[in-house]
Amino acid sequence: MSYRADQGGGAPKMDMLLGSDAVAYGAKLCKPDVIAAYPITPQTHIVETLSLMVDKGELESQFVKVESELSAISACYGAAAAGSRAFTATSSHGLALMHEVLHWFAGARFPMVLVNANRAMGAPWNIWTDQSDSLSQRDTGWLQLYCETAQEALDSVIIGYRVAEQVMLPVMVNIDGFILSHTMEPLFIPEPDEVDTYLKRYEAPYFLDTENPLSFGSAATPDNFYNMRKYMARAMKTVPRILREEFTGFEEHFGRSYSAIESYRTEDADTIILVSGALAGTSRVAVDRLREQGVKVGLVKLRLFRPFPGEDLIRALGSSGQVLVFNRAVSFGAGGTLSQELRAAFYHLDKRPGILDVVISLGGKEVFPETVAEVVGQADQLSEENSNWF
Amino acid sequence: MLWNVTKVEYMHNGHMACPGCGASLSMRHALKALGEETVVIIPACCWSIIGGIFPTSALSVPALHVPFATAAACASGVRRALLAQGREKVTVMVWAGDGGTFDIGLQALSGAADRKEDFLYVCYDNEAYMNTGVQQSSATPGGAWTSTTPGGKEMDFSKKDMFGIIKNHHPSYLATASVGHPEDFYAKFVKAYAKRGFRFLHLLSVCPPGWRIDSQDSVRIARMAVESGIFPLLEFEAGGEVRQTVIPENPIPVNDYIKAQERFRNMGAEEIKALQATIDERNRRLLQHA
Ligand code: SF4
Repeated sequence: MSYRADQGGGAPKMDMLLGSDAVAYGAKLCKPDVIAAYPITPQTHIVETLSLMVDKGELESQFVKVESELSAISACYGAAAAGSRAFTATSSHGLALMHEVLHWFAGARFPMVLVNANRAMGAPWNIWTDQSDSLSQRDTGWLQLYCETAQEALDSVIIGYRVAEQVMLPVMVNIDGFILSHTMEPLFIPEPDEVDTYLKRYEAPYFLDTENPLSFGSAATPDNFYNMRKYMARAMKTVPRILREEFTGFEEHFGRSYSAIESYRTEDADTIILVSGALAGTSRVAVDRLREQGVKVGLVKLRLFRPFPGEDLIRALGSSGQVLVFNRAVSFGAGGTLSQELRAAFYHLDKRPGILDVVISLGGKEVFPETVAEVVGQADQLSEENSNWF
Repeated sequence: MLWNVTKVEYMHNGHMACPGCGASLSMRHALKALGEETVVIIPACCWSIIGGIFPTSALSVPALHVPFATAAACASGVRRALLAQGREKVTVMVWAGDGGTFDIGLQALSGAADRKEDFLYVCYDNEAYMNTGVQQSSATPGGAWTSTTPGGKEMDFSKKDMFGIIKNHHPSYLATASVGHPEDFYAKFVKAYAKRGFRFLHLLSVCPPGWRIDSQDSVRIARMAVESGIFPLLEFEAGGEVRQTVIPENPIPVNDYIKAQERFRNMGAEEIKALQATIDERNRRLLQHA
């Protein structure tokens, strides 16, 4: 459901949208040939809205109502192999069920955009926000973006296709379950013709073509396999540059600017919070309050997780005393996923900040600005060796 | 009939099948019936290898290899993309073994059949996991040796009824076929090609190493499966009845079929007798509709 607000005075019109619907509008504007989906909380609204759009004839996509998430991603795989733009949305257990095909997608070098509503993995059942579902897919060869707002989610879908179709790797756009998916936000929905000029129809460089019959995914010898993976790693390496160009291009078209990471009040900060997703918003409020009290704290928001923007982070965090890494996913026996990645990025440097592994929330455990302020207040007592649980 | 078969080959020398492999012979004839405007979807099975190792291919039609459990879902995606692109006339064919059909791929298959997806699903059923070295599947018949049924599979003769399962999904076309009966085989592929909607062909696919037979005997054994009634050649079209398309002129006892294959070496006379009774009963029912 969307409500349009006219602010008058010729200002651009804003819409009030649920995060899920924002994603659906984003997908619609990209005109995927094929959408395949299966319901799962808290993603279901996305595909419900898309099926309504198809039903009303607003969107000319083939909608495949599959019998599982494994089949959803497989149908997208088939569509991408046939040279089409494909879309799906899922969450948590659904993403886990897709795992095998996530590898295949990237390995076969097919592009697509998948939106994942971040949610905890069982057991026990838990439907709330948590990044274990997507971060545990970090080695599948997908690009991963994390969104703070519904606007960002909508825009990331559009940018996602631009990038995916250049590097021939699939893109996963992550939004916090419920916190983003089920919250209404004022935002701008780009005009269809604006998107059409920005995102052209997908022209697949290779596809299932009876005029030029090729085999995709056939068995490869160890040497050939190794080389294919080497090319995949190289393609990943090009992503930061391409993404920078795309963010610039997007800003020229739509006036909204993005980057792989975003710094907030980090100048002269002794302590910097590293955070991704909607928690960045909460943390920003806490940073403002703490700054008012004279605490030298700032925040870096991680939008791009794969490829991991190590160089950007070194620049943004390198001169601070300590970094509080807010994790919403843990690799048991090794600590917060984000902390591990950050530590690896700094490993080759002599001068590096203290990196504190903070398990701030799992399974939707509430984090208020006060919670963040409390953690920052305790920073001196936190362990650098071990994960910090509360 | 047969003299109308094209001389054009879509499957070529240098493929990697064992000598006497029913799955390769079947592909060759299937593609002759379907023609060059065909896309083949292959989940994990012997054909993951038979088709050739990158960068070679034994096929001159495009092929998409897909994860084991996903063939019917991948084919759905390919078909929908072709529809969206206006390339409707391309035939989409899944080419899956019994493991990928009866076992791990059954859910995706049921989903696609239920949605009436417009493609042809072919199961070449060699009655075990041959590509991994002959392990039993739910298509392995009772009594058969496999490496996971070393004493022979439990003597329950009712192999999973895939024909019945698919029929209850209301396909537009459904048939069994065997390269031992090439005219019937070819006619069924031609028929399946001309139809729209969900189509399914179940091929009994002789496998010399897995069935413990001589490669030179594979076509003979394929014929014996039909003549003994253990694998009747059937056809079902939407709105019609199940029809037996080939009624063996010289039926043979199932004992001959069993004795011709080493994989059944553990079956005793009583068990073969019981199998014969099951087959007789099924064939009586089939002939009522003939
Ligand atoms: S193992 Fe059997 S099915 Fe597989 S290639 Fe050899 S003969 Fe064919």
